[in-house]
Amino acid sequence: MTLPAAPSTPGGAVEPRSRARRAGGPVGPAKRRASGWRHSLVSIGAFLAVLAAWQGIVVGFHVPVYLAPSPLMVVRALRAESHTLLVNTWPTLIETVGGFIVGNLVAIVAAVGFVHNRTFRQSVYPLAVTVRTLPIVAISPILVLLLGNGYAPKIAIAALITFFPTLVNMADGLTAVDPQALELMHVLSASRWEVFRYLRWPTSLPYLFSALRIASTASLLGAIVGEWIGSNSGLGYLIVAATYDYRTPLLYATMAVASALALAMFGAISILERYAVSWRQPSGVGAD
Amino acid sequence: MSAPAIVVDGVSMAFEHEGSPLHVLENVSLTVTDGEFLSLLGPSGCGKSTLLRLIADVLAPTSGTISVLGRSPAQARRERNLGIVFQQPVLLPWLSVEDNVALPLRIGRWGARHPDAPAPPALLDLVGLQGFERARPAQLSGGMQQRVAIARALVNNSPILLMDEPFGALDAITRDRLNEELLRIWTETRRTVVFVTHSIPEAVYLSTRVAVLSSRPAGIRALMEIDLPYPRQPEMRDTPRFTRFTAALRNALEHP
Repeated sequence: MTLPAAPSTPGGAVEPRSRARRAGGPVGPAKRRASGWRHSLVSIGAFLAVLAAWQGIVVGFHVPVYLAPSPLMVVRALRAESHTLLVNTWPTLIETVGGFIVGNLVAIVAAVGFVHNRTFRQSVYPLAVTVRTLPIVAISPILVLLLGNGYAPKIAIAALITFFPTLVNMADGLTAVDPQALELMHVLSASRWEVFRYLRWPTSLPYLFSALRIASTASLLGAIVGEWIGSNSGLGYLIVAATYDYRTPLLYATMAVASALALAMFGAISILERYAVSWRQPSGVGAD
Repeated sequence: MSAPAIVVDGVSMAFEHEGSPLHVLENVSLTVTDGEFLSLLGPSGCGKSTLLRLIADVLAPTSGTISVLGRSPAQARRERNLGIVFQQPVLLPWLSVEDNVALPLRIGRWGARHPDAPAPPALLDLVGLQGFERARPAQLSGGMQQRVAIARALVNNSPILLMDEPFGALDAITRDRLNEELLRIWTETRRTVVFVTHSIPEAVYLSTRVAVLSSRPAGIRALMEIDLPYPRQPEMRDTPRFTRFTAALRNALEHP
């Protein structure tokens, strides 16, 4: 009943567990890393197997180069055309990152507006859905007509493509708060800003990052589509140019670069997510 | 000891339910004296929690008045005269245990304006969680999480503590231990506690007084003084005096 007895009460029943976990801390991640390596090996193995099969089919059946080059020829093109590829990667990267930032920022601000103002939600939401239903390939020429031939229309297309998923997810996340936590905030007489800062915003982060992962690859798609319509640089332009000239190895090499770019974007978001919502990966037990 | 902490006067509460009103509380009157440990005992869904939410100003009564320390519940809430503990711990998973306890101090910059507020680490000591300041809620067991919630309810130095079946979701052993802890905290900090429960032995073990609520629409069916001496020991649960109280309460619950 007295103070010294306290730590060995319910805590006592659990303390060994959490102490074991603390001691087991280094073991857990190490074990996970080992199984992570095994996973990576399987993935890499499968990937290499597909490449080997591709090489075998192309060489074995004497497929003409302009139809489908072998992986080795693509690698050769990657090396020979590295300068062209690099020069054209740069504008696409700017457009992708620019569109990603603009689209997501607008979406986040709109979602915050949705949660705090019903009229705003009721007026903007149907508009957003309508814009979403327009085929992006049809909007793109319009945006090129409106914004010219520079970065602007590509950034706009990339932003447009990322806007919607983030808006929907973020609006969901901001309203997915525990009703009892809202009651607690009320009992503490928290202001709207405090409810947002301490409750809604952190609750919405996992939702936001799910959307950002989708947006990271979608924004690259938007930039490339924009370059198709009207551009004389960028990976999208290179895809069109290589196709017209039947430089198929370069076309494939461009695709490989675009894919690597998307993977890098996706990876960067995932790393950011791990830091921003670290509390979602409880250290230990549950994960194993 | 005699000044009323909470006065509930002729309070009725009805919710809109599929177009027709659902009467949850009917003409409830109750006075909670300062420093007492009052339990609201009743069957599940009878409206005990609703009564607690009315006192906490989470809900407003359909009719009747409530006064908390002579003020309206809204005023008492703004002055942080009420600490609340829910059935679920309701901790913010992205904050450490200590930051969860400190949350009420951050909101409205309460801590900056009230330097006399107890320090969160000291409260964690009080609830037996020293050494867990930096832990995340997910790393704690259910019982430990509920201790954090109790520490958070104490950080405002509120004279009144409202507890809504705080141990209802815990296993029996943890529940008994937390009951002892709660009594120790109550004797050390001497505040008024209103405790909602549907467990008869829990109500007898903890309370100075038990109010028995009837099922919907709820009214106060009986008020029983539990004059067992404090500090109460776990062994008391097996004494004839204790069981006389539980039998009387069970009788009041079952036979109107």
